[in-house]
Amino acid sequence: MDVTASRMTDQIFPIVAVGDSAEAHERMHVRPLDRKTIGSPFVDNPRMMCRDVDVFYGDKQAINKVSIDVGQNQVLAMIGPSGCGKSTFLRCLNRMNDTVSSCRVQGEISLDGIDIYHSSVDVVPLRARVGMVFQKPNPFPKSIYDNVAYGPRIHGLTRDKNELDEIVHTSLIKAGLWEEVKDRLREPGTGLSGGQQQRLCIARAIAVGPEVILMDEPCSALDPIATAKVEELIAELRTQFSIVIVTHAMQQASRVSQRTAYFHLGDLIEVGPTEKIFTNPGHKLTEDYITGRFG
Amino acid sequence: MITQPNLLEPGKDLKKRYRTDRWFQRIGITAITLALAFIALLFYKIITEGYTAFIQTKIMLEVDFSEQTFAKENLAAADYPALVKKSLSELFPEVTGRNDKKLLFGLVSSGAAYKLEEMVSANPKIIGTRQKVWVPAASDVDMLMKNKIDRNAPQENRRLQDNQLAWLDNLHNQGKLEKQFNQTFFTSGDSRDPEMAGILGGVKGTFLTLLITLTLAFPIGVAAAIYLEEFAPQNHWTDFIEVNINNLAAVPSIIFGLLGLAVFINFFGLPRSTSIVGGLVLALMTLPTIIIAGRASLKSVPPSIREAALGVGASKMQTVTHHVLPLAMPGMLTGGIIGMARALGETAPLLMIGMVAFIVDIPGAISDPATLLPVQIYLWADSPERGFTEKTSAAIIMLLAFLMTMNSLAIYLRKRFEIKW
Repeated sequence: MDVTASRMTDQIFPIVAVGDSAEAHERMHVRPLDRKTIGSPFVDNPRMMCRDVDVFYGDKQAINKVSIDVGQNQVLAMIGPSGCGKSTFLRCLNRMNDTVSSCRVQGEISLDGIDIYHSSVDVVPLRARVGMVFQKPNPFPKSIYDNVAYGPRIHGLTRDKNELDEIVHTSLIKAGLWEEVKDRLREPGTGLSGGQQQRLCIARAIAVGPEVILMDEPCSALDPIATAKVEELIAELRTQFSIVIVTHAMQQASRVSQRTAYFHLGDLIEVGPTEKIFTNPGHKLTEDYITGRFG
Repeated sequence: MITQPNLLEPGKDLKKRYRTDRWFQRIGITAITLALAFIALLFYKIITEGYTAFIQTKIMLEVDFSEQTFAKENLAAADYPALVKKSLSELFPEVTGRNDKKLLFGLVSSGAAYKLEEMVSANPKIIGTRQKVWVPAASDVDMLMKNKIDRNAPQENRRLQDNQLAWLDNLHNQGKLEKQFNQTFFTSGDSRDPEMAGILGGVKGTFLTLLITLTLAFPIGVAAAIYLEEFAPQNHWTDFIEVNINNLAAVPSIIFGLLGLAVFINFFGLPRSTSIVGGLVLALMTLPTIIIAGRASLKSVPPSIREAALGVGASKMQTVTHHVLPLAMPGMLTGGIIGMARALGETAPLLMIGMVAFIVDIPGAISDPATLLPVQIYLWADSPERGFTEKTSAAIIMLLAFLMTMNSLAIYLRKRFEIKW
């Protein structure tokens, strides 16, 4: 009897109260009045610059006056609770949001000093220079070779078959996948394991020679071992590319990134060196999030 | 207070749930069994009625292609019916009376003369020789041989007279009356005489018409589906168009026939009864089906594939043609085949554009007057002669064969285009 009763109580009040959680709970749902980003959003010699970026879905504002730089050969991690706009912001960086008809972007985002939302900028070369890796591995239902070769082919990057082979080879090596797939390049990419598929998607993205790689929760569909491999890969890729990664796992952010940005309900709350964000956050919201009070 | 369910003795509730499951299964099995039984019955009926049309009774005549018959230069001007009559009289010299002779000549189809004419024009060297020729018997004789006329019925209720029966028995005993494979059925067009009527006109008309329907409706339908699904902005106009396409798919087909009559024949002045008009009308009728199926199969392509392609810098068109379309193609083919199968069985719109006319010639081009298999079935089913009953069933068999060929082709194509994930 007693056992049943206590179990029922648990079901009715599933959250175990600890200290000031009610206060944190409230903070999570109320947008702070003071919206000024604290920390160090700007870096010297940035690859991409975002200034006062607003994003609207119809009438709803999803991103509110965000200004941040993406540094060269750095990993910038974007963290924050679900629905805080970090993925939306990420997709503004290569204009993937153009495909959403209700989406409107204001402000300035520039790549190497050129405003990517300028009317004369074409999205096709932009997306070749700012590549993207998605949450769920999404290789084309084609062979491993064709998956990697697709980008170079449509952009006309190679003159002959040998050059293409070379690009596929180096891309797969950079993505740490070559040893695993070198004997089955003609087999379908969809036949690989989840982690291999995600690395194939990374190889596909780097095959067109981008400067920036955007990663939207690249490990959320992977097991810990595959995640570790992708994280190692990110650390290596940093030497050649600038990387922006959205992640839910805070440990991952602390492991792979040099700078971390904390988003909250469409506002950029705090940006700083990763170590500082995780050891000595400057804002109460950041602290609440990284200590696990909400998220 | 919650009572824990007992693992060993589940309560009444559970039994009731299982009973519902079983009932549902039984109802499903009954439904499928019934459906299969009806299909089996349909096939049995059609095949038993129709298979006799593939064989035909023939009479062997010894024809004297004497040179005086072909005295004139023009071979077509020769009196072929007289040749047939002469050889029949030679077989039965005892028949003399005018009425009796008429009955005797009635045993052979009027098509026998055409057969002789064909032989001569194919090989003029046979002039001046005697040839043994199998010519088609009259439809009534054919029916008698297939046991569809009761020879024991009183003479006044029978289409063959007593003396005709006697002559036929005589021929039969000499081995000059035989049932043979019916080539005529596969090589000739429609005819007023059942024994001369064939399906080739209908088959060719169907082929030409459906060819036009397919070449128009499939590319236009696929293109429309791609535009509406992938490129068109989402606004009131596209909503309006979508609603209208859905409504068009449900419009009775005879309305499309009226449209074809008003637009293609009366306004554009295209010739009536032709495959081109029929194909255009059926294409209009099939378009909504193909567009709807095409949009559904495009919708079922996961958005992640589009994102992947856009993410490496493919243009919108490249995304569609390289990635989305190949994945949607099997579904589109299925939609196309459903549309074509519907078009294949359609009679009503064709009535409006004059394809129900009695057309003997086999169409050779899309601008020739033609008839289609379903219309041919309708025409034969409507004919009073006994001999057309089996032809009707045989034509249905041909229609089903046509349908099965088309479907197997579609399944083959779908399997080839299918991309394994």
